[in-house]
Amino acid sequence: MKLLFALFSGLLISTTVLAQEVAPVVLVKTTTEEVLEIVRKDKDIQSGNTKKAIDLVEAKVLPNFNFTRMTQLAMARDWRQATPAQQKILTDEFHTLLVRTYAKALTEYKNQTVHYKPFTLKPGETDVRVRTEIRQAGAGKNIELDYWLEKSATGWKVYDIEVGGISIVTNYRESFASEVRNSGIDGLIKLLQTKNKSGDAASVKK
Amino acid sequence: MKTMLPDRIKSFTLAIAAAGLLAGCASSGNPKDPIEGFNRAMFAFNEGLDSAIIKPVATGYESVLPSPVRTGVTNFFSNIADLLIGVNNLLQGKGSEALSDLGRVVINSTIGILGTFDIASDIGLEKHNEDFGQTFGRWGVGSGAFVVIPVFGPSTARDTVGLVLDVMADPVAQVSPNADRNVLLVLRAVNARANLLPADKVVEEAALDKYSYVRDAFLQRRRNLIHDGNAPREPEADAEQVERPVRAEAGAAEPRAGADGVAPDSPVLVARTETAEAK
Repeated sequence: MKLLFALFSGLLISTTVLAQEVAPVVLVKTTTEEVLEIVRKDKDIQSGNTKKAIDLVEAKVLPNFNFTRMTQLAMARDWRQATPAQQKILTDEFHTLLVRTYAKALTEYKNQTVHYKPFTLKPGETDVRVRTEIRQAGAGKNIELDYWLEKSATGWKVYDIEVGGISIVTNYRESFASEVRNSGIDGLIKLLQTKNKSGDAASVKK
Repeated sequence: MKTMLPDRIKSFTLAIAAAGLLAGCASSGNPKDPIEGFNRAMFAFNEGLDSAIIKPVATGYESVLPSPVRTGVTNFFSNIADLLIGVNNLLQGKGSEALSDLGRVVINSTIGILGTFDIASDIGLEKHNEDFGQTFGRWGVGSGAFVVIPVFGPSTARDTVGLVLDVMADPVAQVSPNADRNVLLVLRAVNARANLLPADKVVEEAALDKYSYVRDAFLQRRRNLIHDGNAPREPEADAEQVERPVRAEAGAAEPRAGADGVAPDSPVLVARTETAEAK
């Protein structure tokens, strides 16, 4: 009886939560499916048009990301060394770099499908991991693609993505730290700007 | 590229000896990478070898063979690898996983026509990823220094020892006559490289410094594999320690936006490592 009660109250809570906001897994799923649907129909993106892929990512994916948090994670303790103005530039440049990478990955999309692993949101949780798996028709290896989300005033926001256990955000930590060590925050800003400009040149060539 | 067994062992020994010799050299101070100078040189060598020979061959292979054939090749070698994966699961005390690996081999070798079709995955026997390096990690052996091995690429001290065992126990390496064995080893290597071609462009796009990007990705990946995909999030480096008192407070009361330089729209996370471990 107690168990039954617990079960019901649990159900009640989860439905009230659902009524108020989009659950993290739903957010991940609808965004992913929407983007893949567009990529499947878009021959330009499939043939490597990074510019178009970037526009798609900017429009559909980015509103669900918290880039300030991502940049802060990648900067670790150096984040607080940066002035608010530097933090702003760093966030913008890191944003550009991540979007470009994400867009590049989209142009490599063939006909993989995404599977969403079972997910339960415990009441009161504000920091969650949504696990998905990329499957390639026929086989080969599946790739785990996990999203870390945190709850904010404006809904759930992704603050990290893990590909096969590799966090695309914290993977920059060592390179950022060593750049800051060698040439300061401004050095890192310059490095990111140079990297992003070279990326621009490359995508124009295509 | 994987060539003959004695050569490969020779290059290990060389690499380990060289790594040992250079261990005293100066580095940029990353504790995970004490022989960075040597590693960067080896990394450059491997990159050169890859762009001169391995990648062009893999690209040709990819363009010549249709995708279903390449999938068959991948599955064929993946099926053979399942044997050692099962052994390693057993060594790690994961009996049911080991049993499932054995089941995979039986099913895929028969119904899956010599392993070319991965029927086992379709019926729910999940493919695992294990090797001797992971087994050592599971037993509590630390990874030791990061090391780039000629031809084989990124590794760690622990994983290099694991790799020697992997190579010695490799069923493909036992094939005779040698000519057949060599064809199989080359085919496996080329096919594996071809599978990685799409990732190349993404890494180029993402990396500020390719060496450290690959190194850190490799270390994260290994850590994740040892935890079978459930690695707790890495602590937020030094920032974590400095901020801890603030975090504890933030957990009890309102998130203190701005208190530690965090923008108001990115509340300080509380106890995220615990959350990760709970799963």
